[in-house]
Amino acid sequence: MTTSDLGTSPAQPFPVQRCPFDPPAEYAAMRGTAPIVPIRLPAGRTVWAVTRHAEAQRLLTDPRISTDTTREGFPTLTGEDSRERVADTHPGMFIDMDPPEHDVYRRMLISEFSVKRIRAMRPGIEKTAHELIDAMLAGDRPADLVADFGLALPSLVICQLLGVPYEDREVFQSRTRRMVELVDAPEAARAAVMEIHGYLDDLVTRAEAEPGDDLLGRLVRERRATGELRHDELVGMMFLLLVAGHETTANMIPVSVLTLLRHPEQLAALKDDPALWPGAVDELLRYQSVVDWAAFDRMAIADIPVGDRTIRAGDGVFVLGFSANRDERAFPEPDAFDIHRGARNHVAFGYGVHQCLGQNLARAELEIALRALFERIPDLRAAADIADLPFRYGAPIFGLAAFPVTW
Amino acid sequence: MTIIADREVCIGAGQCALAAPEVFDSADDGLVELVRPHPDDADLPVVREAVALCPARALRLRDGG
Repeated sequence: MTTSDLGTSPAQPFPVQRCPFDPPAEYAAMRGTAPIVPIRLPAGRTVWAVTRHAEAQRLLTDPRISTDTTREGFPTLTGEDSRERVADTHPGMFIDMDPPEHDVYRRMLISEFSVKRIRAMRPGIEKTAHELIDAMLAGDRPADLVADFGLALPSLVICQLLGVPYEDREVFQSRTRRMVELVDAPEAARAAVMEIHGYLDDLVTRAEAEPGDDLLGRLVRERRATGELRHDELVGMMFLLLVAGHETTANMIPVSVLTLLRHPEQLAALKDDPALWPGAVDELLRYQSVVDWAAFDRMAIADIPVGDRTIRAGDGVFVLGFSANRDERAFPEPDAFDIHRGARNHVAFGYGVHQCLGQNLARAELEIALRALFERIPDLRAAADIADLPFRYGAPIFGLAAFPVTW
Repeated sequence: MTIIADREVCIGAGQCALAAPEVFDSADDGLVELVRPHPDDADLPVVREAVALCPARALRLRDGG
């Protein structure tokens, strides 16, 4: 095996804190140096960071790049062995599998999240958004846009879609937050994972006895009863859908409100012409890139030349979505927020076969949530200095712990 | 111009149906459905965008009918 090119140049310590509205200053310098640069993870291992848009898309579709966390040597931030981390939770977690294994699970879910199906869900999402706004308007000021709206809306929507009782939300909301906030405390994060897992184990057992008219019930009737899915695989799939289905959008909604409040002339244009919302949502996804690299940690399983460097088999590869989405080679004036940009080719949802299964649900939720909020509360504003807001810098999915708003 | 859509490769992301709804749709199974397999020249810019957006690289263009 050839020696890795990783050792030949000094590595940037990683992760680095965002600004909060822009990527870490280091990203532009890294991107200027090369499409792949070495970064040093907290536990000391050096891996490749992918900094540019074209290479991000190319590597995320390259079959020599694996996301299978059961492989020996898969990179982790904390240096723990990924095989130990996923020992009890891997079945059905197809985000951590390569094709063709991955495709078996994803294909069971494609019709549930199709453009058509999501279009049909829109009236229900709108009704939920308006009910939450009604409650906010009837309550005390300031309201917390995170707890009262940003987290509540996607949680309600995913619970209803999957067949998870919303009154059990405390089980998964608080533990999901703990799971993502404890990136440097793997044992505590794992305990949070196992608690959600235990809850879903019971829920799936109940659905196996009495399947409801929801996604879980359909999987039980159409896939579990036929023997295509085992119980533990169904639990893993539900875990992935429930966690990914609420935490990402829950962070996007409050951060997006803040970004729009900071660009009042563009917010005014959206109020005048609601047809601009779909484009604004994709620009918010690109500009904010709340997931950055967190879903795009990979490992090479063969040598891959990139420019004048080579990723070797066994090297870790972190695709920096936030850097790719601010790459001047793909987006003119990348650091400008511009709802008229019309750029759908961002990688906020990833790229390749793992691109977010729920992306069209996320787009619909964001569009409906933001539009309803500013239509119903036109003078919505922050009730604290932006500098004092509790940004969650430490969490791999960027967001706000709370966002006091008034009107 | 002919569009070739590989439903074995498609992952149902729906990017094509959003970029060029008059040419692509998502079928009931969530996978790509070609509304107009032979788009007009006027459709070419959005069709090319749809091809580039496809995360699974399931779309190709071929000259002629």
